[in-house]
Formats: sequence, C-alpha cells, structure tokens
Amino acid sequence: MKLAVLVNEGPYQHQASDSAYQFVMAALAAGHEVMRVFFYHDGVNNGTRLTTPPQDDRNIQKRWSALADEHKVDLVLCVAACQRRGIVDEEEMKRNGKDASNIAEGFRISGLGQLVEAGVEADRLVTFGD
Amino acid sequence: MSTLNIINKSPFEKRTLDQCLKRIGEGDSVLLIEDAAICAVAGTAYAEQLIAASKQSKLYVLQPDLQARGFAEAALLDSMEQVDYEGFVNLVVTHDRVHSWL
Amino acid sequence: MEDDEYQEGGEIKKFLYVNRRLPHGTAYAIESLETVLIGAAFDQDVSMLFIDDGVYQLKKEQAPDCIDFKNFSKTYRALEMYDVEKLYVERESLEERGLTTDDLLVVVELIPGSEVKALVDQQDVILSF
Repeated sequence: MKLAVLVNEGPYQHQASDSAYQFVMAALAAGHEVMRVFFYHDGVNNGTRLTTPPQDDRNIQKRWSALADEHKVDLVLCVAACQRRGIVDEEEMKRNGKDASNIAEGFRISGLGQLVEAGVEADRLVTFGD
Repeated sequence: MSTLNIINKSPFEKRTLDQCLKRIGEGDSVLLIEDAAICAVAGTAYAEQLIAASKQSKLYVLQPDLQARGFAEAALLDSMEQVDYEGFVNLVVTHDRVHSWL
Repeated sequence: MEDDEYQEGGEIKKFLYVNRRLPHGTAYAIESLETVLIGAAFDQDVSMLFIDDGVYQLKKEQAPDCIDFKNFSKTYRALEMYDVEKLYVERESLEERGLTTDDLLVVVELIPGSEVKALVDQQDVILSF
C-alpha cells in the first residue's frame, strides 16, 4: 500500500515524532511505500539541523534525514508553520530577509497542499500528534 | 467499512478515550499507543469501560509503549490484543481509514 | 510538485476534518482551518466535524484582539466561498457546554452523537490536528 504520515509535534517534547518514525520504518520493512511524511504545527521543528541532543540519546533529526537519504521518503515541512517557528531554507531566507537558514538535510519546505495531495494519493494517512 | 481509532493519551490526563468510545461501534477498532497504553493493563478504573467497548470493537495496544512504561509482563485486559509496530502497520492497511484522536 | 501544478480530474476522496479543541489556547484550530482553505483547491469532497471543545471554534463574538491574537473566526463564514459547505456540529457537545446553534456564527448541520460514526464511515481520509 501507499502510506502517508502527518507529524504534528516537535522532537523530544512529545512522543509523536518517535511513534511516526517507528511506524514509517515498520511500514518500509513490510514492503509498503511511504510516499510522504508531512510535518505541521510544531512538527516542523523536526526539520532544523541545529539540534545537539545528548550523545546517549536518539538523534531525531538525523534519523529523519537518514530516512530521506536511505529510503527516499519525501519529508515536507509546512511553509506557513515554518515561517511562524523559524525553520528556514535558502529560498525562505532570501524571500523573508533572514540572515541564516537552518533546514536539515533531506527535508523540503512546501505548502499545505502537499498534505492534502498526500491524502488524495495515498491509500492511508496516519496522524501522530498530541 | 472499518475505522482504526488511535488514542495516545492516558485517560487519567485527557478524556480522549471516553470521547472516542462513545462515538464508535460495531466494526471499529481502537489502538492504544504512547501514554494511552497504560489503560490496557488490567485493574485500572477504565477496565470496565474498555471491556464494554470490546463487545463491539476490537481493542489493541502497542506493546513497545507498554514495555517502555514498565508493563512488559503485566496482565492485560482479556479483550486486549498486543501488537508491535509491524502489527500497527497491518492494522492501518486492513482498516478502511485511520482516525487519530488528538 | 508545487500546489499550483496539481492536476485536476483525478479521483475525488471524502475528507473529514475533525475539530475537537478550543481556539486560541493552542494553534490547532487556526492551522486546521488553513489546511481546509488550501485543500479547497484540490476539489475533494470536504466535511468538517466539530465535536467536544471544537464547537467553541464556531462561537460568535470572539474578540481575541484583546490578547493580541488574530480573529480568524470570521473565516468560518467564508468557507462557503471555498465550496466547503458541510459543517457538522454534534448536538451533545453543544448541550454539555450550555450552547445552542444560536451561539454559532455559521449555519451548521446539527447531528446527534449517535450519527458521528455513520459520518466517519463515509470518509476516505480523516484529518485531525
């Protein structure tokens, strides 16, 4: 099946992004396609490359980036939520006059339409939140 | 037509379990994940409500979330089936839709 | 694929947006509404369900400017322009909060809790925030 996942919460504060990641890994292991993981609300905070979690703890952001790299899962951060929370790529940096970008490898910033599109194209959409 | 209802909050913290159970029925399933896993354990104040719900709906709990919270060996409600993440994925694909109660 | 390149003419799915939270205490209400508005461009069959504290999102006379918040409640009245016309409110959720449809800023379809399952069973995709 073609699956899509929505992550509504940021890393560490809620288990949502962990549960989503474990679900995606299990889905891929079972041979399903995960067409997109869409990050909304505080979920966009999964996409900053500036985190420094303790060495003995899981690195949530790096885990997502590895997922994109190894399994080609499309990781999309909602642009409006990113603007509110300061997750910035090169394009947003120029467009909004910011002095830095901080997006992590493997993520891309795009519109809410990508979430709706995922709902249309996937066979199942699973949401992880608070 | 079947819905997989996912609950992730302890019923002692939020009323989500109660609010979900009163709107579902025959053919629906409930999967308890994250903090909600604790009400799969036998002997809580929510046991009766879950047993009643199990007459019409299938009940599942995500085992890693039980284990994480110290309940790996705990006696669960009779009607509760444990699944791992592979089982979670299987529940998603075998139901018609997923409703995460947030 | 960017939003404005979405190809029309594909399958139409039934989307249900479930709203269960008060506005303003968290951002879920406004961000859910933004998804509905953007999603309107995809010409899917959209319904919105307001249950539990979600009914407060439709309350008349919200004045959040006093806490420096944007008043997005009037946007619910504009949903019709986006062809989002199926707004369902659960009767019990209103009643247990001492509210009636007179307290709401849009015309809604009031349904009893016993019919929520039937509504959900018709859907392909359920979005909750």
